[in-house]
Amino acid sequence: MTVAVIDYNAGNTRSVYYALQRLGIDALFTDDAEKIRHADKVIFPGVGEASSTMRYLKKIGLDQVIPSLTQPVLGVCLGMQLMCRWSEENDTPCLDIFDVDVVRFRPQHQEKVPHMGWNRIYDLDERMFDSAIEGEYTYFVHSYYVPLTSFTTAKCDYIQPFSAAISRDNFYATQFHPEKSGLVGASIIQSFLDL
Amino acid sequence: MLAKRIIPCLDVKDGRTVKGINFEQLRDAGDPVELGKLYSDQGADELVFLDITATKEKRKTLATLADRVAHHLNIPFTIGGGIGSIADVDVLLNHGADKVSVNSSAVRNPELIDELAKEFGSQCIVVAIDAREVDQEWIVHVAGGTIPTDKEMFDWALEAQERGAGEILFTSMNHDGTKNGFALGPLKKMCAILSIPVIASGGAGSIDHFYEVFDYAKADAGLAASIFHFQEIGIPELKENLKSRGINVR
Repeated sequence: MTVAVIDYNAGNTRSVYYALQRLGIDALFTDDAEKIRHADKVIFPGVGEASSTMRYLKKIGLDQVIPSLTQPVLGVCLGMQLMCRWSEENDTPCLDIFDVDVVRFRPQHQEKVPHMGWNRIYDLDERMFDSAIEGEYTYFVHSYYVPLTSFTTAKCDYIQPFSAAISRDNFYATQFHPEKSGLVGASIIQSFLDL
Repeated sequence: MLAKRIIPCLDVKDGRTVKGINFEQLRDAGDPVELGKLYSDQGADELVFLDITATKEKRKTLATLADRVAHHLNIPFTIGGGIGSIADVDVLLNHGADKVSVNSSAVRNPELIDELAKEFGSQCIVVAIDAREVDQEWIVHVAGGTIPTDKEMFDWALEAQERGAGEILFTSMNHDGTKNGFALGPLKKMCAILSIPVIASGGAGSIDHFYEVFDYAKADAGLAASIFHFQEIGIPELKENLKSRGINVR
């Protein structure tokens, strides 16, 4: 099985690559459209800022490639947010794979933003998750979030319930970092690889 | 609800763990990666690697370490010690570090925080503050706590936040190494005035100390070194105990 990890101008894409290595997968770390199209699975990672990342994706043409992929695609963190319609982060039009907008956390009782650390995911959809990990903790770092929508496949509570994961057709995405979420995270990546 | 984090801290010199480490389960107690993995398996929520030599020539060692840690660990980790420029941070993040911690270099050149936050995002910039209480005032110290500055700790913490720090790691030098508990008063104040997470460091000696720092001071994370290295407190028993007393831990 070939797994392509989209290598673009975003911090920390390497840890996804290493997480796959721990699962015995020697992934292709690439921004080459042909290689990405031909992979069995594609992972779209990301930590960073939405508008500059979108600019970079446009520059290298991946803004057209990613929405047209037909194999299973997993977006992570910023990757998930960029797969949505629009992000409040610097008023950025995104890839519009998911018809939902990304908005900023607004603290109600002096909660800290970014939402950083381990939090529980629940109401897991079996299309994406093994039910055995219902209620387990995963690692989040983000200031913007995807509200609950018909695409939601996992929820998390911070300030209010929001989408910890979403999916539609061949597209899957998590707001948390499975590559940094211990054994639970590894099992989530494995479930994606097993699709 | 967001869990309170337990963070073991490893002091590293030339790519090896230094300062007392006493683990029978390890083949090589000097290997920071092996020790980090053991902590990770025991339920540590994050790891901090602090390079205590951190001279420019050793930068390569640190990048290699970041790379090895990222290879073997599936939890977030921070690297700190002697980081003073965008280039330093770029190397570490590109080798798999999730966050970097800056200390003396930020005190000497506060704009470094703005530059790093802009370049890499606040989420990966931890500002570490070593402070000592002198005449009822908390004074920031640099160079491993050896040199006092003219900065007052709370002002500096607020400035760091304003400039884009993603977290504050506050070590009380009055408490560090005493095992008599964290600096609860100043920590409580720090947590109340800041809108970014605070990692409490210095003084942990018992499970109760962690309970107090979370329940009373409202710290987001508790960091400790020797009590974990000498297995005085096991991370699993610490977390079980905190959980049983209503503290939300993973």
